[in-house]
Amino acid sequence: MHAPVPAPAAPPKGRLARFLDSDLFYSFRTSPMAILAGTVAALMTLAALLAGLLAPQNAFDPAALNLMDGYTKPLEQGLGSQGLFVLGADAQGRDILSAILFGSRLSLVVGVASVAFSLVLGVGLGLLAGYVGGRIEALIMRIADIQLSFPAILIALLVFGVARGLIPPHRHEEMAVVVLIIAIGLSNWAQYARTVRASTLVEKNKDYVQAARLLGISPLPVMLKHLLPNVAGPVLVIATINLALAIIEEATLSYLGVGVPATQPSLGTLIRFGQQYLFSGEWWILLFPALALVLLALSINLLGDWLRDALNPKLR
Amino acid sequence: MSTKRFALAALLAGATFLTAVSVEARTLRWARSQDATTLDPHSGNTGPNHVMGHNIYEPLVLRAFDGKLQGALATEWRVLPDDPSTWEFKLRPNVKFHNGNAFTADDVVFSLKRAMQPAADMKSLLVSVEDVTKVDDLTVRIKTKGPNALLVNNLTNMFIMDKEWSEQNNATQVQDLKSKTENFATRNAMGTGPFQLVSREPDQRTVMRRFENYWGRDAVQNDITEIVYRPIPEAATRVAALLSGEVDWVQDLPPQDIERLRTAQGVRVNTGPENRPIFLGMNVGVPELRSSDVKGKNPFADVRVRQAVNGAINRDAIQRVVMRGQSQPAGMIASPLVNGYTKELDTPPKYDVAAARKMIADAGYPNGFSTTLHCTNDRYVNDEGICQAVVGMLGQIGIKATLVAQSLRVHFPAIQRGEYDFYLLGWGIPTFDSHYVFNDLYRTKTSSAGTWNGTGFSDPELDKKIDSLNSEVDLAKRNATIAEIWKQVQASNVYAPIHNQFIAYGMRSDFDIPVDVENTPKVRFIESRRS
Repeated sequence: MHAPVPAPAAPPKGRLARFLDSDLFYSFRTSPMAILAGTVAALMTLAALLAGLLAPQNAFDPAALNLMDGYTKPLEQGLGSQGLFVLGADAQGRDILSAILFGSRLSLVVGVASVAFSLVLGVGLGLLAGYVGGRIEALIMRIADIQLSFPAILIALLVFGVARGLIPPHRHEEMAVVVLIIAIGLSNWAQYARTVRASTLVEKNKDYVQAARLLGISPLPVMLKHLLPNVAGPVLVIATINLALAIIEEATLSYLGVGVPATQPSLGTLIRFGQQYLFSGEWWILLFPALALVLLALSINLLGDWLRDALNPKLR
Repeated sequence: MSTKRFALAALLAGATFLTAVSVEARTLRWARSQDATTLDPHSGNTGPNHVMGHNIYEPLVLRAFDGKLQGALATEWRVLPDDPSTWEFKLRPNVKFHNGNAFTADDVVFSLKRAMQPAADMKSLLVSVEDVTKVDDLTVRIKTKGPNALLVNNLTNMFIMDKEWSEQNNATQVQDLKSKTENFATRNAMGTGPFQLVSREPDQRTVMRRFENYWGRDAVQNDITEIVYRPIPEAATRVAALLSGEVDWVQDLPPQDIERLRTAQGVRVNTGPENRPIFLGMNVGVPELRSSDVKGKNPFADVRVRQAVNGAINRDAIQRVVMRGQSQPAGMIASPLVNGYTKELDTPPKYDVAAARKMIADAGYPNGFSTTLHCTNDRYVNDEGICQAVVGMLGQIGIKATLVAQSLRVHFPAIQRGEYDFYLLGWGIPTFDSHYVFNDLYRTKTSSAGTWNGTGFSDPELDKKIDSLNSEVDLAKRNATIAEIWKQVQASNVYAPIHNQFIAYGMRSDFDIPVDVENTPKVRFIESRRS
C-alpha cells in the first residue's frame, strides 16, 4: 500500500498572476462596461499625463499663443501660426485639443490630490472616533453631520474664500492649485469618516483587536496595523466615486471663476470661456472641453460603480 | 389646496390689474455688466455711477446723446465781463426735488462744495475752483483760481443734491470709496432728475419711478414710467436675457454677439465709438515692484522697459480678434473728440517684438522679469480678453505677467490707493479736453489732483504746466501748452494706450436708443418708438 502521493504543490504565483486569477479581475473581465470605462479612463489619464509631449502647443504658456489664431474653426489652419487646429482654437488662439490635454491633467491632479487629502483626513478622524469613542467621537461625528448638511460646493467656496483672505494677494496665483485641493478635500472628508467609524465600531470588538490590546500594543499601532486594513475596502469604493465628484467640483469652482487662474485653464475654466461664444456660433470652444469633462467623470464613475458591486459580497 | 387656489386667484387679479394699467405704464428693463458702486453722486468719478446718477440727479449743464452741451439746472452761464475768473450761473426757476423741496442756489453751493471735499472723487474736476457763492436764490457765482474759460465743461456730471435732505440724513460728508464706509446717500438719493429712486439693492436691482413733477416733463420724448436696472455680469446671460425678452436694453453687448443679434427677430443693435481710451498703467513710483522676482529695483522705472511694453503689444491683433473690429487702436490717451488730439500722437507705437526684446535686454533684464497684471472683468468691452492677450504678447519679450481679473469694485479703489504694479484702466473724457487726462492720470498725486494716477509718475515741472492750463485764457497759447505736455508724457511711456473702444447697445426693437459717445445715456432723451 502506498500512501497517496500528495499532489505536487502548485508553484507560488507572482503578484500579477494572482491578480489575473482573482475574483476582482474576473469580475472586471466579464463586465463590458467596466472594460470600456477602464479603457477610456486609462487613455485619458495617460494622454493627460503626457500632455507636454502630445499637445501641439503648451496651452498654459500665454507666450506660446498667437492671438491671430483666435477663433480658428476645427480642422482649419490658424491665421497667425499657420498650424492645424484639430479641435479649433479659443478666443486667445489657444489650441482646444492642447487645452483639453493640459486642462484634464490639471483636473486630474486636483481631483486625485484632493481625494487623497480627504481620504487621509476622513479615515484618520473616522478611526479615531470609532476606536476612542466618548467625547472625541461625539465631537468629530457632529462636525461631520454639520458638514454633510451643506452642499460640498458651498464648503469648498467658503474654504477657498477664507484661504484667499489669508494668503497675500501676490501669491494667490502660485497657491491657487494648493488652495483648490485643500478646499475640495475639506469639503469631502465627512463621508470617509462616517464609513470608517461604522466599520471600526464593528471591528474593534472582534477577537484579533482584543488580542492585540491584551498584548499591550498601544492604540495607534492597533488602529493603523490591525484596524485599518480591515476597514479599507468600502473606503476605496468611496474614493473612486469621489474622484469623479472632485473633478466635477473643481470644474464647477473654475466655472464660477474662483478656481485656477485664467491663463492656466482647467476643463471648468475652458467651459466658462466657451459659454461666452455660444450665441456667436463658436461652438467648439465650449463643446469639446465639456465632452472631455463628461467622458472623464463618467468613465471614473462607472469604474467606481463596478468596483462597488465587485467588492460587495452580497452581489456575488 | 385652498391657500393655493387663493394664491392663484390673487395672481390672476394682479395680472388683470397690471394689464389694466399697462396702457399708462411702460417699464424700461435695463441690464449692464456692473452696478454703480454707490449712489453718492460725488464719491466715484466713474461711468457706471454717472449713468445711474443722471436718472435721479441733474447737473447744471449736461451733454445729450450727440455730445452737445445744454442747460439742465442752469439756464444761462457766462464769465463776468469785469472779472474773468468768475463764472455766473442763472438757475432754472420752479424746479422741485423729489421730496417737494424747492431747488435753489443754496443746493448748488452745498453740492459743489461737497464735491470738493478731500474724500470726493469729483474734486479733480473742480481743482480750479476757489469758492462758490450764492448771489440770490437763482444765481450762483463760481470763483476760480485765475481765469478758467472751460470750467463749464467740467460740470456735466456734477450732480446737485438737496441740501436740506442731506443735512437731515447726515449725508453732508462724501462717502470715501477708498475706505469701506457708507453714508445715507450711498443707498438713497434726493435729486431733481426725471426719475426718483424707489428701491436699491446693490448688485441686484435698482428701481426708479418717473418723477411726475419733473420740470422738463414736456420735453421728454418717451412714455417710460419706470426703470428697472439690473447688473448681469455674465455676457452670455445678458444676451440671453435680451433675446428672451427678459430685459429691454443691454448697454454693453459683447462684440462677438453683434452680428448674430443684428439678424435676430425683435432686437435692434446700435453701435458707435465711445470717448474712452483703454490703456495699461505701469508703476514707476515704487522702489521695488511688489509682484516681481526682481528685487531692489523697479524694472518699470526704466523708460526702455516701458517702451518695450508699448512695442510688444500687437494692437491690430487685439482689434481684429479680441474686439472683432469694435475698436480703434490708439497711441495716446485721448479720443479724436478731445481737444489736444492729433493723428500723429495717436499713431500706435510700432509693433516690433525683436526691438522690444532688445530694449528690455539693454535695460538689464535679458531674461525678462515677472509681475502681476491687474484687470477688471466687468467694466470695459472684453477687458479680461484684452489682458489675456497682453499677457501672451508680453510673454514673448520675457515679461512673465500673471493675470488677476476682478470686479471694478476691487480694482478701482486699489488703483487710487496706488497698490498695483501694472494695471488696465479706461478713461472717459467728459470735458472733451486734454487737461482732464493730464490732471487725473499724469499729474503728481495730491489730495486734489492726480486722483487716478496709480503709476506713481511725478514731474513737478510738468505739474506746473498742467496747472497753468486751468487759468490760461489765451486759447492758442493754451493749446500750445497742451501740445507740449503731450509730447512730454508720450515720451515718458508711463502708460501703454491700447485702443478707443466702440460700444454696442442691444435693445428690444420697440426702443431705439442711440449710442452715447460718453456711454452715459440719459433716459429722458430716448425717443419713443412704440408701434
